[in-house]
Amino acid sequence: MSRIQTVFQRLQGEGRKALIPFVTAGFPEPALTLPLMRALVEGGADIIELGVPFSDPMADGPTIQRASECALAQGMSMRKVLDAVRAFRSENAATPVVLMGYANPIEAMGVETFVAAARDAGVDGMLVVDYPPEESVAFAGAAKGAGLDPIFLLAPTSSEQRFADVAAVGSGYIYYVSLKGVTGSGKLDIDEVARRIPQIRAAVGMPVGVGFGIRDADSARRIGAVADAVVIGSRIIEEIEQSPRDEAAQRVAAFMRGIREALDTIGSAKGVTQ
Amino acid sequence: MQMADTPYQFPDASGHFGPYGGVFVAETLMPALAELREAYAACQNDPEFVAEFEYELKHYVGRPSPIYHAKRWSGILGGAQIYLKREDLNHTGAHKVNNCIGQALVARRMGKPRVIAETGAGQHGVATATVAARYGMECVVYMGSEDVKRQVANVYRMKLLGATVVPVESGSKTLKDALNEAMRDWVTNIADTFYIIGTVAGPHPYPMMVRDFQSVIGKECLVQMPEMVGRQPDYVIACVGGGSNAMGIFHPYIGVPGVKLIGVEAAGDGIETGRHSASLSAGRPGVLHGNRTYLLQNEDGQIIETHSISAGLDYPGVGPEHAWLKDAALADYVGITDDEALQAFHNLCRLEGIIPALESSHALAYAAKLAPTLPKDKILLVNLSGRGDKDMHTVAERSGIQF
Repeated sequence: MSRIQTVFQRLQGEGRKALIPFVTAGFPEPALTLPLMRALVEGGADIIELGVPFSDPMADGPTIQRASECALAQGMSMRKVLDAVRAFRSENAATPVVLMGYANPIEAMGVETFVAAARDAGVDGMLVVDYPPEESVAFAGAAKGAGLDPIFLLAPTSSEQRFADVAAVGSGYIYYVSLKGVTGSGKLDIDEVARRIPQIRAAVGMPVGVGFGIRDADSARRIGAVADAVVIGSRIIEEIEQSPRDEAAQRVAAFMRGIREALDTIGSAKGVTQ
Repeated sequence: MQMADTPYQFPDASGHFGPYGGVFVAETLMPALAELREAYAACQNDPEFVAEFEYELKHYVGRPSPIYHAKRWSGILGGAQIYLKREDLNHTGAHKVNNCIGQALVARRMGKPRVIAETGAGQHGVATATVAARYGMECVVYMGSEDVKRQVANVYRMKLLGATVVPVESGSKTLKDALNEAMRDWVTNIADTFYIIGTVAGPHPYPMMVRDFQSVIGKECLVQMPEMVGRQPDYVIACVGGGSNAMGIFHPYIGVPGVKLIGVEAAGDGIETGRHSASLSAGRPGVLHGNRTYLLQNEDGQIIETHSISAGLDYPGVGPEHAWLKDAALADYVGITDDEALQAFHNLCRLEGIIPALESSHALAYAAKLAPTLPKDKILLVNLSGRGDKDMHTVAERSGIQF
């Protein structure tokens, strides 16, 4: 069983929801990536999504694009992202790390080389935004062959056929994009999410995480009530942007604890264990 | 229309030209692209659609565009004869409008009241704003803030036509960033918005659809050249940024015996300086803007900043079908520097009384290099893809002149 599957199984047994924060590797400076990953774990992260900076992040909003540009300007690269994961893994054997990014840095390294390097560094899964299922059969196969989970997106616009397409190639969990639009944008329609998640979960046979538009304890709690995992990205990047560098890790941990507490009230308030 | 005897059948059903092309976008866009593929397929098979497109090209754009024998220039160069396909004479002054009309008609059939576009030099933005005005559609054009500065007149033209021009401040503030921003708009406003991509790039079906609409250029040449000179040309030469004018004139000529296709990329300050936009000559395959193609990128797969004197060629990628034509040796791709393009620009102004776009001047410059090496009975057909009025500022500045 993969580290990701282990986490979801444990949480399910405990009647708890997964909290999946996102940070861009190398932002606000490469030396802070490891301390920020530690802070995320201290704050209650179950899985970390680590953003691989890309020069042209088409599916991201201005916040994450700024973070990517900032990281790249300081020399961040795929190799250095993998170095950060390796350092994290040497002190934390439990928390899965999912790389989130775009296809080109992977193709530049070569899919086979990348998958092997990611596995050796201690990466658990990959979410490649511009690899839809139909373009990633080879990539997903290579990832699974190395014991890594290829994670795919579904969106409010996705048909039931898409659920099946994604289930055929993906593993680990499904990342449901709760909004039409880019990261950090728009307004979250929680009723719509609540209606879609059970359909998706039934169709894909994997846990479903929800991201895009979750900004605080309240929205996290409401999404957590219907999803298996809550993903928070842009809001954490903003927290880091607004913090003095020496306080960033501390403030991210504090923000995370607020979300964690909210998520952990879900099971007890409803008295359910899924 | 494909020549009957050629086996060239690209893209395949999933939008691939060999290893290139495809649909590399986030999941949110996948259903919109599927909807577009269906709508476009329906349009292609609908005689009314085809008739309306042809009517608009004839009466609104002014097609067919003529072919002109640049006799004086050819004589001075002393070799092959240079013929110009006059896309600069189209309404709005470039080939871009052919595609915009096609896509706007598809948008109308899909019931989308809002169109968006990205633009580099501003030609595609102007063409999109023009057809949006013509068909009563809301129009938003994304343009890198660097390009907004370089192309003040075109920005004003778009505004006159009723479009909203959004300057893009991210990244290198040029065409690729405008494309990123337009994609973001599309993903956010998918229900009512049609994205009119200006070149033969992006996710399937765009490279195919834009090529089809632009193929009117080459189809006309196939008829016009025999009428003028009794045969097809020996060389067809066109500039390549994203590559839509080149694809438009090349595609009907693929498989025509004895015709060599030459795409001319912007070599900027020279390929060896690293300051250029020659993706096919100096890049390597990767994934950007929804398709796999040749890209200018660093070791880590980050897209690098490009340079060309012409904003319309200043793009780090290239249409995937050009990538395929290169690998399949069906076309050759060469580079022309800023200085060489400027020389050709001035020569055409002074010798033929035609002010060409700086983009097209790259194709002209290559023709001027090639012609003297060939006998006088050889024929070069150059796609004069746009007129140069928009480039007055750039050219004057290079000559140290201020308006």
